[in-house]
This record gives sequence, C-alpha cells and structure tokens, in this order.
Amino acid sequence: MRKTGFIAAAMAMLLTASAASFTQADEQKNGGTLVLGTTQKARHLNPAVQSGIATAVPGTQIFATPLRFNDKWEPQPYLAESWSVSDDGKSITLKLRANAKFHDGKPITSEDVAFSLQTVKDNHPFKSMFSPVTGVDTPDPLTAVINFEKPHPAALLAMSSALLPIIPKHVYGDGQDPKSHPANNAPVGSGPFKFVEFKPGEYIILEKNPDYFIEGRPYLDKIIIKNYKDLTSLALAIDTGEINMYPFLAPTKDIARLKKNDGLVVTDRGYEAVGPINWLAFNTNNHYLKDKRVRQAIAYAMDRDFIINALLGGQSKAATGPVVPGSPFYADAAEKYDVDLDKANAMLDEAGFPRGDGDMRFQLTVDYIPGSAELQKNVAEYLKSQLKKVGIDVELRASPDFPTWAKRVGGHDFDMSMDIVFNWGDPVIGVHRTYLCDNIKKGVIWSNTQSYCNEEVDNLLNEAGSELDQAKRIALYKKAQEIIVDDAPIAFINVLPYHTAYSKDIGNPPLTIWGAMSPLDEVYIK
Amino acid sequence: MTMTLMVARRLLHAFLLILAVLVLNFLLIHIAPGDPADVIAGEMGGATEEMLADIRKTYGLDKPVYVQLGVYLTRALQGDLGQSFFYNAPVLDLVAGRAGPTILLVATALLFAVFVGTMLGVLASHKPKGIVSGLVTVVSVIGYSAPIFWTGMMLVILFAWVYPIFPIANMYDITRGGGFFDRVVDILYHLVLPALTLGIVYLAQYARLTRASMLEILGSDYIRTARAKGVAEVKVYGHHALRNAILPVVTIAGLQFGSIISGAVLVETVFSWPGLGTLAFESILARDYPTILGILFFSSLLVIAANLITDLVYRLVDPRIRTGG
Repeated sequence: MRKTGFIAAAMAMLLTASAASFTQADEQKNGGTLVLGTTQKARHLNPAVQSGIATAVPGTQIFATPLRFNDKWEPQPYLAESWSVSDDGKSITLKLRANAKFHDGKPITSEDVAFSLQTVKDNHPFKSMFSPVTGVDTPDPLTAVINFEKPHPAALLAMSSALLPIIPKHVYGDGQDPKSHPANNAPVGSGPFKFVEFKPGEYIILEKNPDYFIEGRPYLDKIIIKNYKDLTSLALAIDTGEINMYPFLAPTKDIARLKKNDGLVVTDRGYEAVGPINWLAFNTNNHYLKDKRVRQAIAYAMDRDFIINALLGGQSKAATGPVVPGSPFYADAAEKYDVDLDKANAMLDEAGFPRGDGDMRFQLTVDYIPGSAELQKNVAEYLKSQLKKVGIDVELRASPDFPTWAKRVGGHDFDMSMDIVFNWGDPVIGVHRTYLCDNIKKGVIWSNTQSYCNEEVDNLLNEAGSELDQAKRIALYKKAQEIIVDDAPIAFINVLPYHTAYSKDIGNPPLTIWGAMSPLDEVYIK
Repeated sequence: MTMTLMVARRLLHAFLLILAVLVLNFLLIHIAPGDPADVIAGEMGGATEEMLADIRKTYGLDKPVYVQLGVYLTRALQGDLGQSFFYNAPVLDLVAGRAGPTILLVATALLFAVFVGTMLGVLASHKPKGIVSGLVTVVSVIGYSAPIFWTGMMLVILFAWVYPIFPIANMYDITRGGGFFDRVVDILYHLVLPALTLGIVYLAQYARLTRASMLEILGSDYIRTARAKGVAEVKVYGHHALRNAILPVVTIAGLQFGSIISGAVLVETVFSWPGLGTLAFESILARDYPTILGILFFSSLLVIAANLITDLVYRLVDPRIRTGG
C-alpha cells in the first residue's frame, strides 16, 4: 500500500480538527444567511446526473463527496476519513466516517458509495471520470474499494466538488430513472446544508444541517441562491447589498466597478479547477485551415495583449495552451504566438495563398457563442479587422441563440469559431476531449470539433491519463501541450475573467480550487 | 343575434384559434436549429454521443415531427401539457406558478396606463395649445419611443441605485420573514418599478388617444348645447365628453392586452420578475418545446378572455351596443 495518502489524510485531519484551518485569525460566529446571486438556472439539484455550475453550487451544499480539495490542489478527507491507493494503482480504498448520516437520519454506508459511483458512471456527461472503474467492493459498511482496469490518476479529483455526490441508495435506488427522479427537485443528501425549497428559475433555499458529520459546522443558518435574469441587475444587487456573494462574476466593467466598492472584496481565486478558457477554434478540415502554417499565421496575427488589455479591461489572464494557468499541469508554452504581422504574412505566402482580388488571400467565416458579447462577439469582430491586415477576409456568422451555435459547431459546419471550454480540474476530464483522435464526434459539442488528430499527442495524453507519478505526468502533459500549441488546432486567447465578489463581513470565503462549487461549511458572517 | 349563439360562436372560434396557435408554434419552434439535447449538453459542459441520443429518445425527439405533433395535440386536448425538457417539472406546474406574477404585472400596468393616460389626455385637451398639452405630447412621444428595457434600466439606476427607494429586482424579498400581510406589502413595493416601466409605454398611447378623441368631441354640437345650457365645465368634461371619448380607449386596451404581455417579457427580464415572460424567453433559448407551447396556449387563452371582457365592457359603456343597434 502507498502510505502517502494515509499520511496526507492524517495531517489534513489534524489541521481541520484544530479549529477548521489556520488561515483565519477571527473567531467564527454562528448564524446568519448567505445570499448568493446568479444568472445560472439549475435544472434540478442532483449533480450526480447533471454537470454544470448551476447545479454544482447548491449540489455541493446538499451532497457530500468522499474527498474535498484545498487551495493547493491537495485532497482532504471529507466523507472518507482516509483513503489509500494500491501499489499497482488499480484500486483505491476509502474509509468512511462512522458518524455520517443522510438528512433523513439514515447512515451512509459503502453501499451508497458504490451506488452513487455507478449512477455517476452511467449518467454523468463526463464519462472519462469513471470509465476505467470495473467495480466497487464493499467489504464492510464503512469500507469501499474502487477497482480500476488501469491506474487512474484523475480519480481523487473526480471524488470531490460536485463530481461524485454520495446519493442515498434508499431514495434513488427505487428503479426510477435517476435523470428525472422526483427527488432531484427535493434531494436528500448528507452535506452541510439541507434542502428547504426550490423554485425553478427563481430561488433555492437551504438551511443548516444540525447533524452534519463535521462537529460545530456549518456556521451559517441559511443559504439562499437567488436567480437574476439580467447581469446588470445582478451587479447592482451586490453593489447595494441586496445579496452578499456573487460568484462567477465575468463582465469586466462590473468587475472594475465592484472593485471600487469599499464594502466588497473582489477576487479571482477559486476558479483554478474550473479552468475556463476562451479560444479561437479552427476546423482543420477546411481547405485553407488544414495547413498548419495558415493556423499559425492567424495566431500570429492576433494580438492577445490587445484583447486582454483593451477589450477585457485587463481583468483577465492570458491562456497560452490547453491547460489553464493555476493547474499543476500548466506548462509555460515555448511558443506564445506574440503578435507578428510580418511573420503571419510571410507564412501565408509560403503556404501558397498569395494576395489576390482586393488584396485578399481567401475568405473564412467565424462563429461565436451568443450572449457573451465581451468574450466572444467583440473578439470575433476584432479578428475580422485584424485578419484583414494579413489578407484574410473574415465574415462574422452570428447565431441567434446557443442551440443554433451548438448545432453549427457540433456539426462541424464552421471555418473558425470562438469557443469557451472548461478544464474541469483534471486534464483527463476537461482537456483530453478536445484533442483525442477518437473523440472526433459529429453532433457533439465540446468534443474534438476541430477534427484535430495527431497520433503522438494521442499517445502522450493516454499515457498521462494512466500515470500515477505526478512528476512524470506533468512531463507528459508538458510535451503534449508543446505539440498541440505548435500544431495550433486552436489559438488560445485568455482565461475567463471569473471573479467572486463578496461582502467584507463574510469570513472564510470559498477560495479553494473549486470556489463556490464546494461545501460552504466554513463560511461565516462576521 | 342571441347571447348564447354569440357565446357558442365565440367559443368555437377560440378553440380553432388555440389549435392553430399550437400547431403553428409547434412547427415554428421545430424549424429553429438545435434541439433540447444540445442545450442540455451545453448546460452540462459537454456530453457524449450516447447521452445526446438518450436525451432525444427520452423526449421522443427521435421520432418524425408529425408523429411528435400528433402525440402532443392528443395529450394537450386531454389537458396534459407534458413535462418540461429543461426543468424537472410538469409544464402545468411551471406555467401555473408563473401566471400569477405576470397577470399582476400586466393588469397593474394596464390599469395604471389607462387611468393616468386618460386623465392626462383630458388635461391636455383642456387647452390644446397650452403648456400641459405640449408636455403631455412630448412625454408621450418619449415614453412610447424609448425601448422598454432602457426605460426599465434607467428607472432602476435612478430609483434603486442612485436613490435606493425601491428594490432592484425580484417580486419579493425571500430573506424577509413576516406574515401574509407583510408579503403582500413587499410584493406591492417590488411591483412599483416594473409596473411603472411597462405602464409608461402604454400610458403615452392612452394620453394621445384620449386627447385626440376629446378634442374631436369637445367641438361637437351637443357639447356646445350642454355649455349653452349652463352645465358646469367639470360635468361637461366628465359626463358628456369623456363618456364618449373613452370608447376608443376601451377598444385599444382590449386589443393591446396581447402586446402588453409581450412587453412584459422585457420588463420581467430587467426586474427578474418571475413571470411567464421570462419563462417563455428562457424556454425558447432552451428549446423547451412543451413549456413554450404551454405558455403560448395559456397566453392565447388570456388574450381571448381579454377580448371577451372588452366586448362586455363595451356593452356597459356604450348603451347603443347593448340594445343591439
């Protein structure tokens, strides 16, 4: 058995046991209500069968997971008080807390863990999280042994946040389809907060779970998640104190304005795991774009600094590769495609596309996701003027709404498209899908819609996906990223300017790698 | 024509109209590119092929459109509006929960517009070339031409941010306790800005309409006769002129019920008002076919009911119609 897991767990337990964590000096107070504002509408509240921010924020309050992560990408005990990885890496043993109960009073057993994992494996959109799982053994009620067909380094992360909620078998195991189960609208979990009321598209009310398995927590009495239909109203609501937390704040003008409010703290911490990247995707089947030099030339023609500083008010970080900065697997790319119009022109000439009529070489269209003008439409418009300088005539193709765009790009009916894709913690979950040859799947959005295929990248990613040694894994991803950046199926632009704005009287704000998509049991009101 | 025959004919018309609304909208929404599976995948941050196929199968989207239409109509006629594709809830529950707020908003705005608009119109007609009249005309034109969401945003910035008198959004404050009475007061408090925003647009039309109609009537012979008889000026305006000038206002109010519901979509979005308007807008973006159709079904019922009420009110205010003249 590898002992590292045990030692880390024991140390983390000591730390958590001694008054939560050592980062705060204040005394936590009990009571108070956290009012969180969002424009994201939850379809329902069961993250086992529904991914996405809207369900994850309430879902992580209602449901506990085997592990949780701190702000240094280190796994911490949660429902599992300890865990260990076998020497061959093909099994993980979880030891559950003996005092953990569901909100209806029934104890949590290894049966529930096995049942939850199977439900997630069968129904969750992120198939790569648990596809290597062959089964879960339950030698006793507090021990669950997860078996894998091959070592699976992403497994620990996939057991945190909203990715593996432990759902009660005695509720969900009644034979009904878990995706449309009535309990999804009024769930029974074991997390720090209990479900009270859910009005779709309006609000979600949660209250303190008095029998929570971590003694003395949560501090808050209540969490209310309020839906706003309009981003401007939402920004005004935090500005005037109508709400006291606004996670996933993205409009850069609002970020700049709210930073000036003395009663608020505005931070970009807490989005390391989501890892949202804004980029320009190329359809590598296009007559012009199948040539690597054309794609590279477009990347050289685009001024990333201008986009970040002028279009996004300097509120966003640069993205230079498939993995977001802040992830342990981020590699500082050797080639950053700093703007160079001469080089771009030369490359296009070399590729055999000289300037012709009206000084243009050829024509391309660019799509963008509607609704997020700042990150998508404005950048696409900028590209049109910028690419004209290197002789590419770009036509903007607007989509009236998301499904229209998804149909076009998912159906490979595009030349270039602006896109936003999330890393989701481990590259196995959110990065591989964009580059693997066998994930070129027409009709599926956020698969390999670029139709990019490089056998070497495939091998590197697959190897990194089953390598347990962290240093070796980092090296493999570094190499893969270098090749991808050079092949340029995508021109990486920036990390989404996600921020959390919260009232100054909030203690222990959610700043771990999962941000507000993690249990808010340590949050208190000063 | 007897009353029963009229009602029977009206009901038949209404039924055919609703059927046409359902069929047309069903086909229209299916023409729009993308389907609920794409949206659900979008919400989830990605999906696999099998998953998309599974979602399409669950909602019957793998069948030809005419089969889907047939199934939908058969169920709808039995009162079953189906299950929302987006939310994990029956359409009937969603629509029922959202109908109240919309009716409250639209009715308040309409009443406000009709009453205040008529008053302003009468005021303006008193001295057609005076300052008041000019002001009413200018304000009316601005109110009518300004985009409704802009008016809403401006009111929010002014009365909820610069001078924080009113709340920014929502229908009531869920963080606040209190009994039934407190809740009612809270709702009315939250209602002021959205109802004002929606009302202002229509207020302009009623003011202009009343002004024009009053001016026309004030010049007619019987008014001159009334004045010659020595009837007090207030009574001339109120009793003689306004009673006749109000007829076009009633007609327009009935006709406008439909357009005011569509105006509610924008107002509800600005103020996060939990009504049918925002639900409709979100459902279209989500390609949530059953919910869209459910809302259209319900709003066509509302419009038909509003027209029927207009007819009845017309009979009240105009005795000539009552006698079948």
